[in-house]
Amino acid sequence: MLRLEPRRAPSEAMIYATPFVAVALTLAAGCVLFALLGRDPIQAMYLIFIKPLTTLSGRAELAVKATPLILIATGLAVGFRAGVWNIGAEGQFTVGALTGGSVALAVYPAGGPWLLPLMALAGVIGGMAWAAIPAFLRTRFNANEILVSLMLSYVAVLLLGVLVHGLLRDPQGFNFPESRLFQSSALLPVLIPGTRAHIGAIFALVAVALTQLFMARHISGYQIKVLGLAPKAARFAGFCERRIIWGCFLLSGGLAGLAGLCEAAGPVGQLVPALPVGYGFTAIIVAFLGRLHPLGILAGGLLIGLTYIGGEAAQIALRLPAAAIAIFQGMLLFFLLASDILVRFRPVWRPRPRPTASSGPEPMPATTLAP
Amino acid sequence: MKAPLLRLDGLTKRFPGVVANEDVSLDVVRGQIHALLGENGAGKSTLVKMIYGIMRPDAGEMRFEGKPYAPANPAEARARGIGIVFQHFSLFDAMTVTDNIALGLPVTQCGPDLSYRIGKLSTSYGLTIDPARIVGTLSVGERQRVEIIRCLLQVPRLLIMDEPTSVLTPLEVDMLFATLRRLSFEGCAVLYISHKLEEISALCGSATILRGGRVIATCDPRRETARSLAEMMIGTTLAPTSPLVAQEGPVCLAVNQLSLPSDMPFGVDLDDVAFDVRRGEILGLAGVAGNGQSELMDALTGERMAAVAEAITLDDTAIGHLGPVERRKLGMAFVPEERLGHAAVPDLSLTDNTLLAAAAGDGLIWRGWVRKRKARHFAERIVATFDVRTTGPQQSARALSGGNLQKFIVGREILLDPAVLIVAQPTWGVDAGATAAIHQALLDLAAKGCAIVVISQDLDELFALATRIAVIAQGRLSQPAPTASLTIEAIGQAMGGGTTAAPVKREPVDA
Repeated sequence: MLRLEPRRAPSEAMIYATPFVAVALTLAAGCVLFALLGRDPIQAMYLIFIKPLTTLSGRAELAVKATPLILIATGLAVGFRAGVWNIGAEGQFTVGALTGGSVALAVYPAGGPWLLPLMALAGVIGGMAWAAIPAFLRTRFNANEILVSLMLSYVAVLLLGVLVHGLLRDPQGFNFPESRLFQSSALLPVLIPGTRAHIGAIFALVAVALTQLFMARHISGYQIKVLGLAPKAARFAGFCERRIIWGCFLLSGGLAGLAGLCEAAGPVGQLVPALPVGYGFTAIIVAFLGRLHPLGILAGGLLIGLTYIGGEAAQIALRLPAAAIAIFQGMLLFFLLASDILVRFRPVWRPRPRPTASSGPEPMPATTLAP
Repeated sequence: MKAPLLRLDGLTKRFPGVVANEDVSLDVVRGQIHALLGENGAGKSTLVKMIYGIMRPDAGEMRFEGKPYAPANPAEARARGIGIVFQHFSLFDAMTVTDNIALGLPVTQCGPDLSYRIGKLSTSYGLTIDPARIVGTLSVGERQRVEIIRCLLQVPRLLIMDEPTSVLTPLEVDMLFATLRRLSFEGCAVLYISHKLEEISALCGSATILRGGRVIATCDPRRETARSLAEMMIGTTLAPTSPLVAQEGPVCLAVNQLSLPSDMPFGVDLDDVAFDVRRGEILGLAGVAGNGQSELMDALTGERMAAVAEAITLDDTAIGHLGPVERRKLGMAFVPEERLGHAAVPDLSLTDNTLLAAAAGDGLIWRGWVRKRKARHFAERIVATFDVRTTGPQQSARALSGGNLQKFIVGREILLDPAVLIVAQPTWGVDAGATAAIHQALLDLAAKGCAIVVISQDLDELFALATRIAVIAQGRLSQPAPTASLTIEAIGQAMGGGTTAAPVKREPVDA
């Protein structure tokens, strides 16, 4: 039977090489997939990975897609390193968009330079508040934060739906379930004229830089790493687990909320039920693709963003089914996890132990495998 | 000369980057108690794993009872007549003795008469045990008996014992030795792995000494002294530690009426524990593992807080309600028993591991920011002062051998210049050279006026270090008494108090 045996010392170099290996394998498997669908695989790869980068608008769209991914993944990765599994960034993203956007709608049509900072603040607080629910339940009742945060995502999406169907619906919108279009002072400034690239990209870069500094140099970053690697050592050193869990949830929730606000006040420009498109979930892939390191996440976010834009272009140009692109994106996570496992374990083919003649039936293995 | 029961010929096992065994040859004769001696990392465990079929040798061959022997798995090793009792038991706490034993036996041997056979075997070998008891309620010595009985039911011709006495009281050690001698008299060979040299001289008729994966010597331990064996084992001469001159300083740390229910299943509740330690004194707390030591350690470090702040006082200040950080700021330092994962983070570098103790100051942290260079210098200072064998402070804690990591951890705490140091099992699984270095460091620290508490199962260690000794048994602590007034036998009896024979009497064996 095939078994996985832990390697004595996983190679440091391989741990950082796995994302590249995974990307290469995804490319190879993607070529096979597209070829089986009767499309030219080289052309498909060109459309997905190269073509979007050749035009200014393509590069700007990449920034638009990668911004929320990087913002969310940066926060999530901090929690993941502490062993705090916030899977509900999608919900925190949605609530951030909702609270931030509501500020603009509440003061409509007034506006001014004060409005955007206020909206950003409201977005961050909204995301934090939504993340505070799993944090409270985890620290108070030891409830599983994976389930709680995940379930709350669906609650948040439904909450957005209720509100844009009712309270926040555009009075002049012919009963369409949408809010008003935000007043112009509630829209994020555009970085490159003529494109949709907005100032949120700067936020993402700042978040990456600050998180990198925080994790590498600040004692809280150290405490987060210790809690994730050796919880008993964290207790020995007197690090407060409860405080670290709260900190991780508030940071990741706040950044997800900011990402939500950037999406609403950036490319979308209003609140619509379709605002959450899965950035919160994709960001989990981005976080792991980037090895939970802020700089890696920057690269991972850009790569995944590229497959989004390029994937859409390839769908249109080659008339590929949407599912083919989704499979292609899913393969990336599959190969990443697979190579991660193979870095830490090695597969061993071992024939099933046959009972020897004198021992009768095979004894149960409870006694055998002391280390 | 009798034909050997087990013959190893040129066994070699390599792991990536390290040769665990190189050209190891040895003979174990029928009915002989054969010692396998060596420091940690000398290759004893690898050798045993090959004999027991957990690993396969890269080169060389084994013969058992004259026939070629290459077990593919432990089941085959058992079928050929080899049994093993590991240092760490594989028993399920929540199940009875009989059920635990049945789990490791072939189904054909698990008939309804199993309890009866266990009872019969245990009486005839002096391994008193009630087959109906739940394993979670047994002492460590009793659990070991369960493991031994499990082996004996399969009538082994070779029994391997891996560091069997490290968890036993002196009385239990004597009983174990009687059992092993009886087995050897009946013709069963024993391969006895240990680094306790007195025991080997007393018990074994032959010894093979491993160092760096190679056989250094084969000798008759009855003709060697403990010192000569130790020197063969580590390859250098040992400097004797200088004993502590007892000082009468003021009371520094005091524990009064400390009671604390355990937060672990099958844990031990602390019951009205009281002691005090003076400056310049080493107080030894003896006891068999699992009698409340880890609970007491948690209470002393502040990982668990006492219900009453006054239960622990430091220089007359109540500290029972303070966490580890506050206690470190008041000058306390701690070395818990478990090196990897508790006292150190395995995957972080030595530099980063200094920060676990950084609350005590030494300027490693400035307004929440880590001063990496200072931390690295601190790590380098520990490495240099305590002769930690490492490639540098960037090496991960996991990569160090047990003894070297322990020197690093003890060194980290000592260099913080604590007023009170609490150490649990300072030399558990540590080789002789590192043990001597750690003992000397503790004595030097006490001579400088530090109050030290050493929690240990190793009575030799406590007699070498402590000025006073108290015994912890089932969560209660005896009155500390000066070491000079105590004998190993007296302490041994207190250690076993109530845990060995008494419960069996209360619950008579079901026929």
